[in-house]
Amino acid sequence: MISLIPNIIFIALFSFALYLFVKNVKKIYRNINLGISIDRTDNKKTRLFQMLKIAFGQSKMIDKPIVGLLHVVVYVGFLVINIELLEIIVDGTLGTHRVFAPFLGSFYNFLIAFFEIFAFLVIVSVIIFWIRRNMLNIKRFLSLEMKGWPKNDANIILYVEIVLMVLFLTMNGADLWIQQNAPEFNYISAGSFPVSQYLLPLFDSFSSNSVFIIERSAWWLHIIGILCFLNYLYYSKHLHILLAFPNTYFANLNAKGKFTNLKSVTNEVKMMLDPSIDPYSSTSSVEISKFGASDVFDLSKIQLLNAYTCTECGRCTSECPANQTGKKLSPRKIMMDTRDRMETVGKNIDNNKGKFISDGKELLSDYISKEELWACTSCNACVEACPIGIDPLSIIMDMRRYLVMEKSDAPSELNNMMSNIENNGAPWPFNQMDKLNWKNEI
Amino acid sequence: MKKIEIHTFSELISQGKTPEILFWVGCAGSFDDRAKKITKAFANILTQANVSFAVLGSEEGCTGDPAKRAGNEFLFQMQALTNIEVLNGYNIKKIVTTCPHCFNTLKNEYPELGGNYDVMHHTQFIKSLLKEGRVSVKGGVFKGKRITFHDPCYLGRANNVYEAPRDVLEKLDVELSEMKSCKQKGLCCGAGGAQMFKDAEKGDKEINIKRTEEALETKPDIIASGCPFCNTMLSDGIKYKKKENEIEVLDIAELINQASDL
Repeated sequence: MISLIPNIIFIALFSFALYLFVKNVKKIYRNINLGISIDRTDNKKTRLFQMLKIAFGQSKMIDKPIVGLLHVVVYVGFLVINIELLEIIVDGTLGTHRVFAPFLGSFYNFLIAFFEIFAFLVIVSVIIFWIRRNMLNIKRFLSLEMKGWPKNDANIILYVEIVLMVLFLTMNGADLWIQQNAPEFNYISAGSFPVSQYLLPLFDSFSSNSVFIIERSAWWLHIIGILCFLNYLYYSKHLHILLAFPNTYFANLNAKGKFTNLKSVTNEVKMMLDPSIDPYSSTSSVEISKFGASDVFDLSKIQLLNAYTCTECGRCTSECPANQTGKKLSPRKIMMDTRDRMETVGKNIDNNKGKFISDGKELLSDYISKEELWACTSCNACVEACPIGIDPLSIIMDMRRYLVMEKSDAPSELNNMMSNIENNGAPWPFNQMDKLNWKNEI
Repeated sequence: MKKIEIHTFSELISQGKTPEILFWVGCAGSFDDRAKKITKAFANILTQANVSFAVLGSEEGCTGDPAKRAGNEFLFQMQALTNIEVLNGYNIKKIVTTCPHCFNTLKNEYPELGGNYDVMHHTQFIKSLLKEGRVSVKGGVFKGKRITFHDPCYLGRANNVYEAPRDVLEKLDVELSEMKSCKQKGLCCGAGGAQMFKDAEKGDKEINIKRTEEALETKPDIIASGCPFCNTMLSDGIKYKKKENEIEVLDIAELINQASDL
């Protein structure tokens, strides 16, 4: 009976962690659904390919070759060590030890060796990441929006990754020591340990029992660490490890220069241009929605998914011409603000029995200022730079639409430009009738 | 050398002729003194290559691009639907334009509103004229000149046209030297998104100055582009740097016009 206690503790911990995780996923799903539906279910094959290429294949990470490669190492490490995780879960549930070893034979040795090498490479990469973030003055990590929590969040992730990998290697090293020196524990002689074999001398000064305790503690701390990390994701920018996949699948497939045409506007403009159209005949669903976006409810689900997916790497911001020339606009901040606002709205809903009660705030003005929005040149550098298909530009444009069409709040020079277009068909005050005058100058 | 004759669609159609191609001149190309030179250069290329083309003249309205990027979807769609009525009225199939903003809007944003045309940017069109041998380039005029090409955002990132202008430049036997940020990573000139029509927000530098500095790093004799707005921004940048006597900012159409045996 007593021998079952670890299994029961494991199953309880694992189920609890899973329960919390599902709860967080539901919250994310609920919050994303605060947005407007847009149809991105077309071109399934292209979308699948795009996801495989950009998220699974990390194709855009290589734009920056050195960090790109390091990121690929950590990513592959994450993927392969998940296979190890499967064994840990089976072992924990059934009370077995290295349950896959007898089935896989020499392939098992290969796998363990592979995991170990990647665990080591991950440690090296993460240390380099930490140095880049904290010691080298890399501009995109020093922006205003990175102060406080975002900076701590990034470092916590790096620390946790190092700790998990060290625990993994300690576990393996102690296991190997037991295999060689403590037959009384009946550890199966399996695995190849190209990295943790170098830890063996460290255990020599301990008793067999102590090494056993070290091995068990490392095993438990490793899995508990993973379960905690799983539930940390929701509070962290690290969500991208999951959401990069749907995000790249649902990302825009059209030419980047193609901005959406507002359907609600088309109907009204058609009526203005053709008075013979009966305004009541066309559609019964005259949902006069608001034009553009001032809060998360007006953004699309994809834009909200984008916000949760953003891992705050700042590639967008460092490519932004406005940001490069000292303007307030930072596309990364647009995404971070959107997520922060969505979280606040989500909590508000949780606290008010499933209904949002206005808190007198909006994404526009309270989070994102007009000055930021009007600094954008719509050049698409941010969209191009994002390694996982996030589109900050579409949010900027939707908010400009709200400012102009709902609030008539455009910079006065733009109002002049627009009234010129309206009156003479050109953004400058020239007469449309003179449009061909250049011909006479040939 | 053929005399350049510019006709409007309405003229030609009333004479029973149907031009194959609409040359969409755009507002800058019609009214801006610097951009008009690009328009004339391209009109000359079209004429000498015996392209059957016409313009809309006073029937051509702003595509609505700056209004849309400024957030005024109403005004954009008013312009779009009005223009589409004209374009469809003449049964226009093929459009070529010297402005990447017009190009992008006509190509990508008009179809949903009922305007479906085969839209080309003039650099693409010139490339095909060269390929078909309808325009040939005299060696020597620009031979050995150092040229850097500035990618207009609405041609490059917005529509993935990076090679056409470069292929055309290659024909000129020039020494093409790329800026450190080019093609997908090309830095904006600062005019897009309706910025052309307003002062920049507060910052520590103008975007066009930064881009000009990047261009100057390549030590060019000529900065080439394919957009009237980029041209203005970079020309201003060159003046700001007091380099206007050493470095020219020229459109691809102007380069070909000067180099071709037209």
